[in-house]
Amino acid sequence: MIEFVIPLADWINAIFEEVSFYLSPVLRSSSVLLESIIKQFENILIWPPEVVVMAIVGIIVWKLTNYRLAIFAVLGFLISYSIGVWEETMSTIALALSGTAVSLLFGIPLGIIASQSNVAERIIRPVLDFMQTLPSFVYLIPAVMFFGMGKVAALVATMIFAMPPAVRLTNLGIREVSKEMVEAAQAFGSSRWQTLIDIQLPLALPTIMAGVNQCIMMALAMTVIASMIGAGGLGMVVLRSMQTLDIGMGAVGGLSIVILAILLDRLTENISKKQKEQKNTH
Amino acid sequence: MAIIKVKNLYKIYGKHPDKALKMLEEGHSKEKILSDIGQTVGLNNISFEVEPGEAFVVMGLSGSGKSTLIRCLNRLIDPTSGSIIINGKDITKMTKKELNELRRQKISMVFQSFAVFPHKTVLENAAYGLKIMGISQGEREKKAYEALEMVGLKGWEDFLPSKLSGGMQQRVGLARALATEPEILLMDEAFSALDPLIRKEMQTELLELQENMKKTIIFITHDLDEALRIGDRIALMKEGEIVQVGTPEEIMMSPATDYVKKFVEDVDRSRVLTAEMIMKKPSTVVIYPKDGPRIALHRMEESGISSIFVIDKQNCLLGLVMAEDALHAIEKNEKSLEKIIRKDIPTVLPETLLKEMFSLLTGKNLPLAVVDDSHKFKGIVLRGTVMAKLAGGIASD
Repeated sequence: MIEFVIPLADWINAIFEEVSFYLSPVLRSSSVLLESIIKQFENILIWPPEVVVMAIVGIIVWKLTNYRLAIFAVLGFLISYSIGVWEETMSTIALALSGTAVSLLFGIPLGIIASQSNVAERIIRPVLDFMQTLPSFVYLIPAVMFFGMGKVAALVATMIFAMPPAVRLTNLGIREVSKEMVEAAQAFGSSRWQTLIDIQLPLALPTIMAGVNQCIMMALAMTVIASMIGAGGLGMVVLRSMQTLDIGMGAVGGLSIVILAILLDRLTENISKKQKEQKNTH
Repeated sequence: MAIIKVKNLYKIYGKHPDKALKMLEEGHSKEKILSDIGQTVGLNNISFEVEPGEAFVVMGLSGSGKSTLIRCLNRLIDPTSGSIIINGKDITKMTKKELNELRRQKISMVFQSFAVFPHKTVLENAAYGLKIMGISQGEREKKAYEALEMVGLKGWEDFLPSKLSGGMQQRVGLARALATEPEILLMDEAFSALDPLIRKEMQTELLELQENMKKTIIFITHDLDEALRIGDRIALMKEGEIVQVGTPEEIMMSPATDYVKKFVEDVDRSRVLTAEMIMKKPSTVVIYPKDGPRIALHRMEESGISSIFVIDKQNCLLGLVMAEDALHAIEKNEKSLEKIIRKDIPTVLPETLLKEMFSLLTGKNLPLAVVDDSHKFKGIVLRGTVMAKLAGGIASD
């Protein structure tokens, strides 16, 4: 047995107490704003009659991809509605998509920065490893400390969990663009920015889209876990069923989550596929 | 004035280029530098000059440093030491901004792998350089259309490159390079990835384009046939050094080292040697028409030949007189050659290739007359010389 243990836990507790004492007021007030934004988004989905939402979603999916997926979307929503978890489903969509949006907002620029400089990549990479391997419960607690129980803490946790693939795949996609393409752009006097915008990003798009897909799936997974810190939605249904050993309820929540996951996955996949096809039919 | 002056150019790959340079100065070999300090010498003391409008070919096998060299000329690769002076300015000392300006205005490049942008249409590809220059869309599309028409891609403007064959993709690459109207065109093994027939076609087209454009072209190749065909001058590279610089003729006729000689041996001479290279000076076998049949016959006897060419005062070829015709004329007491000059004799241009002369030579024992565009008499090609050259007799001169 070791006699002396480095009191890492104590140190971190001390630091967090200090920091949260000064930061909490600021963060909590800003979290009120964020919370209201997510709430608004949720309300937009919940407020209209269910049929209207289904129809609109169906049309959007159809326009973005094809009629088969649109039918699947409408059917899936119909199931969620008929098993009585409509509001929870909408709430989960709102949170997952907000989480995705925030993750991409930070993740894609970070990925671009990592692709442009080896130093930046060397710094960002271990941080991403850390974010991905850290058990999510570990950062759920500080998230609550800073932002309080609720959707904003869930959003932050979602960001930590879902951002890494967006960063990684953006970085990878840009670095994978063939050397000749970059050389050709440079040979005509393109600046770094011009090369990035006009050549590297468009050519990296399929890989970046794969990152977006991953990001959405992980955001969805996280919203379920985040129900424990008051995120609500389908995760809440699952959590409650666990607490009350209600297997049937758990299945209802689980099924809706699976439907949502399949729909979002196929949707992003088909969007990038369709982009490619449009290019080729030129 | 030379448009490009390269002087004492070195490129060392590795972390300690200064040490490697020092060792090179001290006369150590590249192998020793690699084994002692782990630095690779890419370019070793390269110097050459290129004149405006010249097609300068750099030829060498893979690993000879030719691709490194061409990338130094627009600094896609930064040389370790030495100077590259383009239009009087040393580009090795240019800032990023000046360099981009140079690449936009003066130099463009064609790549071995075509490097056309797959997400852009043929037209957008051709207009790329102009877009980077900041030219308005209307203007650049107009110029891109012209460039595409020049390379024979009219009608393909709205297609994506993936719909085009390799040869056509490289035409897009060429159009993209020409659209910015650069002074210097860098062509990095531009035709090497194409199959032989298409390659030949592209060479021919490049030569035709060059006829009008008169751009300064730096052309990289590993194919000596191609080098001899395109180059006004050729630089042969081996292991990062230039072994010989010269006109195609000089390279063929007087290879500087065994290495060059080996290269040259494999060349299909009939595709490379031209009438001008192998013709004999016509001094002893020419007379003027006023000389009359007697003098003609006399000259033939002197030189031991059975026919003689006739030219006028302006050195234009009039025709050929055969010994037996001259004899007849003397018997008939004719004073002039006018009646016995044969005018329907085969002639070739100075740049006619050896292989195109075969059909003119077969079966006849008459020499071929070499005349230029304005019908000036330049020399004669004998059947025996042609055969000797084909057999590889470089030393026979």
